[in-house]
Amino acid sequence: MADLEVQNGKRRRLLVASGVVGGIGVIGAAVPFLASMLPSARARAAGAPVEVDISKVEPGMMIRAEWRGKPIWVVHRTQDMLTDVRKSDPLLADPNSDGSRQPEYAKNEFRSIQPEYLVLVGICTHLGCSPTDKLQAGPASGMGEGWLGGFLCPCHGSKFDLAGRVFKDVPAPANLEVPPYRFLSDTRLLIGDDGKGA
Amino acid sequence: MSKAQALLQWIDDRFPLSTLWREHLSEYYAPKNFNFWYYFGSFALLVLVVQIVSGIFLTMNYKPDASQAFQSVEYIMRDVPGGWLIRYIHSTGASLFFVVVYLHMFRGLIYGSHRKPRELIWLLGVFIYLCMMAEAFFGYLLPWGQMSYWGAQVIVNLFGAIPIVGEDLAIWIRGDYVVSDATLNRFFAFHVIAVPLVLLALVVVHLIALHEVGSNNPDGIEIKKQKDPVTGRPLDGIAFHPYYTLKDLVGVVVFLAVFSLIIFFAPDMGGYFLEHNNFVPADPLKTPAHIAPVWYFTPYYAMLRAVPAFLGSQFWGVAVMGAAVLIFFFVPWLDRSPVKSVRYKGPIYKFALTCFVVSFLWLCYLGTQQPTVAATWIARVLTLIYFAFFVLMPWYSRIDKTKPVPERVTD
Repeated sequence: MADLEVQNGKRRRLLVASGVVGGIGVIGAAVPFLASMLPSARARAAGAPVEVDISKVEPGMMIRAEWRGKPIWVVHRTQDMLTDVRKSDPLLADPNSDGSRQPEYAKNEFRSIQPEYLVLVGICTHLGCSPTDKLQAGPASGMGEGWLGGFLCPCHGSKFDLAGRVFKDVPAPANLEVPPYRFLSDTRLLIGDDGKGA
Repeated sequence: MSKAQALLQWIDDRFPLSTLWREHLSEYYAPKNFNFWYYFGSFALLVLVVQIVSGIFLTMNYKPDASQAFQSVEYIMRDVPGGWLIRYIHSTGASLFFVVVYLHMFRGLIYGSHRKPRELIWLLGVFIYLCMMAEAFFGYLLPWGQMSYWGAQVIVNLFGAIPIVGEDLAIWIRGDYVVSDATLNRFFAFHVIAVPLVLLALVVVHLIALHEVGSNNPDGIEIKKQKDPVTGRPLDGIAFHPYYTLKDLVGVVVFLAVFSLIIFFAPDMGGYFLEHNNFVPADPLKTPAHIAPVWYFTPYYAMLRAVPAFLGSQFWGVAVMGAAVLIFFFVPWLDRSPVKSVRYKGPIYKFALTCFVVSFLWLCYLGTQQPTVAATWIARVLTLIYFAFFVLMPWYSRIDKTKPVPERVTD
């Protein structure tokens, strides 16, 4: 009765083979479920550019807009503020924005197209809080005597200057991001589209 | 045979009801020297039931929709009959769940409940703790207040800090580029069904494992080593039912009295159980001036804040925070002491444990406060102490001078 003998080796091989096939099936079946958690077509379409009217932003003031659900800041910098931006260079972690995210046309001294208008994504590069504006230099912002104006993240204390550049020895690793943008006219900005396919 | 007995027999022929009752209650022999610390396991079970029941009733009126969520919670608080009570039971229950579980874990650390043969019970317990953290985190987004929103934003971004895959992972978790309606909707699904199912399963497995090896006790002695030669029952054991069910019932009365006092007189616990900023609807464009998680996460949050960015990455803080939780998994193998209970351990362990508890509580406090330079440095030192308790354990638990352990449990 040799043909009725239990062939343990064969059993094991078949067990492993069916286990592997079944495992592949489970992984395959998991893909659509996991993929369903990716941003939906609607969420992806919501990334359309937005127009911002900057005619009413007085020098030294800022406005907030929303693009892709993120806060966008437009700061109208005065000449004094621009001077202060130059002064903060030695205090910064990445003064030349080499390790930071911005379009090529904003990788300059003032991180902007026109020096007066600073456009930033208002989300801290640390863990995504929205920093608070402390635009005024000096003690008026509650940041102490030597403060040159900028932003303070309330969550973990990261500080940024008036070009969105991060200070040394704070938790945030990089400068605030500059979104792609362009001027439609002197008073209108288009955020999210710079006409360069970004 | 009475009708009731006949019915029981009918069931027992088809389902092991009497056997289960005997094995887990009337003939489960627990050490007779359980003390105050042994309440917290049963309290945790009680709070779990309270959370499930109150949660079910909350879902009847809550709307997991970014445009309606905040309003629906206000609606529950103001217009639903008794809705405020159910909501406060649920929010207070969440904090008390962590209170009793932290005390339950502390009990394990002082009496050596993680030691052989209970390593698996400890591991399952740490998994339960992780599940509770996930459950609390998902649940906290649901009221869609400012703290809900920015808390979720920060925690999801923790995953974004993981090198290479982080950013895509964060988008996958949110289902959007920022925390949004999609995030709220899926967190609701995780909070009300996915995580509770896993949590319940883990609790059942935790108890099965416990009843397999038997409970530890304040002396850290195996009561199964001294059995009655006739009955085979542990000499130092008493039946869980009725002795401990009744003892626990007394504890439950006190516990529920405290629970009620909080619900009726201090449901937000001065901003520690329900944060003030969470009574403001979520605003994706404006972070509140001071954000902090609820108290039970603040020790880890304080560590996160204390670690500076290094080599252009904020990943280190995240790694330290994760390690602080995951290190609990290794405790059964880090402890090399010849005795289990703190009663017979030497001064070094007592000192180390005290330092650990102080650092945990102090970090818990610092995490609720605004970060200052001094506080950040204190947090750094406390983080080192926290880790030293675990990392140095193999060494100090071995050289520590222990006392002889008695044969039988003491009174």
